[in-house]
Amino acid sequence: MDHLETLESQSVFILREAYRQFKQLVMLWSIGKDSTVLLWLARKAFFGHAPIPLMHIDTCFKVPEMITYRDELARQWKLNMIVGKNTAALESKQTFPDGNSTRLECCASLKSEALKKTLSGEWPRWILDHTTGEYVRRVGGEAFTGVIVGARADEEGSRSKERYFSARDKQSDWDVGDQPPELWNQFKTDFAPGTHVRIHPLLDWTELNIWEYIERENIPVTDLYFDRGQGIRYRSLGCWPCTKPVESTARNVQEIIEELRSGKFANIAERSGREQDKEDGNGLETLRRRGYM
Amino acid sequence: MQGTELKKEVVASSGSRAKRDQMNIVIIGHVDHGKSTVVGRLLADTGSLPQGKLAQVKAQCERNARPFEYAFLLDALQDEQAQGITIDSARCFFKSASREYIIIDAPGHIEFLKNMISGAARAEAALLVIDAKEGVRENSRRHGYLLGMLGIKQVAVCVNKLDLVGYDKGVFDAIVEEYSQFLAKTGMVPKAFIPISARYGDNMIRLSENMGWYNGVTVLGTLDGFTKELSLRDKVFRMPVQDVYKFTAQGDDRRIIAGRIETGAVSVGEEVVFYPSGKSSRIASIEEFNVPVKQSAFAGKSIGVTLETQIYVVPGELMAKSGQAGPKTGTQLRANIFWLGKHPLLGHKRYKMKLAGAQVPVWLKSIETVLDASELTTESNRQQIERHEVAQCVFETLKPVAFDLAPDIAQTGRFVLIDNYEIAGGGIITDQIETKTSMIAEHVTRRSEQWQRSNISAPQRAARYGQRAAMVLITGDAGTGKAQLAKALETDLFAGSRAVYYLGLSNSLLGVDSDIDHLGERDEYLRRLGEIAHLFTDAGIVLITTASDLDDHELEMLAMLNKPGDTVVVNIGPRRFNSREPDLQINDIGSREDVIIKIKEMLSEQKYLPEYNL
Repeated sequence: MDHLETLESQSVFILREAYRQFKQLVMLWSIGKDSTVLLWLARKAFFGHAPIPLMHIDTCFKVPEMITYRDELARQWKLNMIVGKNTAALESKQTFPDGNSTRLECCASLKSEALKKTLSGEWPRWILDHTTGEYVRRVGGEAFTGVIVGARADEEGSRSKERYFSARDKQSDWDVGDQPPELWNQFKTDFAPGTHVRIHPLLDWTELNIWEYIERENIPVTDLYFDRGQGIRYRSLGCWPCTKPVESTARNVQEIIEELRSGKFANIAERSGREQDKEDGNGLETLRRRGYM
Repeated sequence: MQGTELKKEVVASSGSRAKRDQMNIVIIGHVDHGKSTVVGRLLADTGSLPQGKLAQVKAQCERNARPFEYAFLLDALQDEQAQGITIDSARCFFKSASREYIIIDAPGHIEFLKNMISGAARAEAALLVIDAKEGVRENSRRHGYLLGMLGIKQVAVCVNKLDLVGYDKGVFDAIVEEYSQFLAKTGMVPKAFIPISARYGDNMIRLSENMGWYNGVTVLGTLDGFTKELSLRDKVFRMPVQDVYKFTAQGDDRRIIAGRIETGAVSVGEEVVFYPSGKSSRIASIEEFNVPVKQSAFAGKSIGVTLETQIYVVPGELMAKSGQAGPKTGTQLRANIFWLGKHPLLGHKRYKMKLAGAQVPVWLKSIETVLDASELTTESNRQQIERHEVAQCVFETLKPVAFDLAPDIAQTGRFVLIDNYEIAGGGIITDQIETKTSMIAEHVTRRSEQWQRSNISAPQRAARYGQRAAMVLITGDAGTGKAQLAKALETDLFAGSRAVYYLGLSNSLLGVDSDIDHLGERDEYLRRLGEIAHLFTDAGIVLITTASDLDDHELEMLAMLNKPGDTVVVNIGPRRFNSREPDLQINDIGSREDVIIKIKEMLSEQKYLPEYNL
């Protein structure tokens, strides 16, 4: 088997294990390339179906095409879509783009807090109704105990230490120094009441592997990733106030792969366009301990 | 702005580039012997580091007025930089001319042995690092020993920090001698010993002028020389059943048995056997999404199959091929285990065993020897196994499991043990132990010997109630209306003045079983049901109860626990058990009244309700 087949087989195995072991299971979909590959791998694992609900935390500062793309795929692939957001912070304008918080505070509030409360069912969830094509507000949902996330170990230091199945306590805290053992493809699928487990099927994938797989499988991705004539493209998608496009003339998947293999990005970290990582020395590490994905 | 265009799904093309394989390598050894430096140097010297990362770490060192070290590249977590040791296994990505690597940097401190094991168990080959100045230390040996247990056959030893001993060949030779002797006792033969200084890059990717006396291979060359285990495909076929899918609601009628092929290969039309149930069928199709239709599949692939006949297969069974050596099945096995739990491993305590796809309750039956993995000294007569110890033990499972012996097929010959939600140990199976009696049978014999009996005998109760006590067990698929039937039967018999009681599943779960997680603990639930049934039948009552999808073992366990009481089985629809015929088979409930009449006739014929008149 070549490296993509090996990676695919392991990810499919992990997804099936999660589906077998967790009754309240959800997959986070950021609309970016990684979690879209993850969604594709779920369709691989379940033979064309997507039986696991997808959750998107909408900060309402996403690039608008991302939302269009999300809803098109959701309809086409009949996804069970759940959207969550921090309506209180948005209404009171306690955000970085409104000038009322730092970037990290904004992330913690619009992403981490919204995620935590939407997962637990404390906050409302917006569910896509496939008959009308509209999102319907629902309250009182059950807490999810298994959360599938598209984190990759090559993104930065703390992610490189994750387990495939990683326990989180009631506060969503991650105890990096005391993770349970994981061996021979036996994962942590037993958990105490009130705790939940995060599942990382893409840990072994690199940014290059993601694009190689998108090419091999012909997975639809949003064209924000491509240069549309202005010599810039997004390498990583996030909220528009904090994610800068990179200078690049890659117009399609093949050109992105060349750029990552031997071109200008062969040795430049993917998250270099994310401003919140630069606010303190360990931005992402700080966020992750507090429940960021 | 252009709209988002969704491409049509097409069958994936194979791609034009040369295929490369991928290998996971673990770096192990005693704390402070320089594992992280070896990895950092390897990444830096091969140009595999992201630009941002090197600059970021160097800038951080400058801010904190610390000299830059290659190890900092990996120990990117705040905790680890403060302590200067690796806590958890970190993955690094790295490419050579011939393949893609994931390098797993494992911690060397004994406190983090579980992290070292987690890292090493993911690897196909290992680099073991020994400090030339400190020499072979406790965890150099312990890690070396555990590699064999973890199934890693390829190891190379890097003797590091040769610069600190003046690049002295004598120091290197002495370590080679000492460590070779240790490894020989564990049955492991290293591929190479390499003298290096990771800090200065000696013999890492090119041979060093500082050690003209060494004319072996560099670290990078040694990695590229490791080989993939190709023989997996040539072994007998094994695929643990991970799950069984039927996406009927999505308009898909395929019943797909999903799993990863661990060894061997399988083709459409071949006859397969499932263990431990022993059921067999033929492969009708091999299922995958978004690929051309395939006639066969081989080790490493996560696939699905459909079968020619609809047989009842459950997750956790092991699929093998008819005509090839099958796995062993049984309840007792001997294993070499390592224990990582916070609490010691004890006899008479229930644990959960996860073996390939199976999950079963297990008890430690006996401890034969306990080994110090560093000193290789053994102890017998131990009552429990402490954290970080290695031991040879006998385990007994509640129900039969299918397995191979680890030397034959490692993937289906090893297991982990769960204690209080955590993976607390791992083991490799060395022997099957044939046994005539089961835990449940022994328990029932002991219970019968010690039971406090009253002055009222069973015939006295039968005479009083005008009936013979029995457990009427209604089984079949979930959702067939078994509970409603059971309740209606109770109402009917009660109206006929019978001493009868309906025990509902949820009542039992809410009552005596409220402390167990009923999703994962079906066997324990059924065991308790059997014990409760025994009380009712002993009291002379006709107990009516339901349980979905009982298999042979579960039925046998319930009947045995209910002894000396009788068990009468009414099955609705298809059934999983084969070893006995149901006392009454109902294909479809249809009219509940008719079914109740049939059950009463059967109970009457079998003399449980002797005075019953039609």
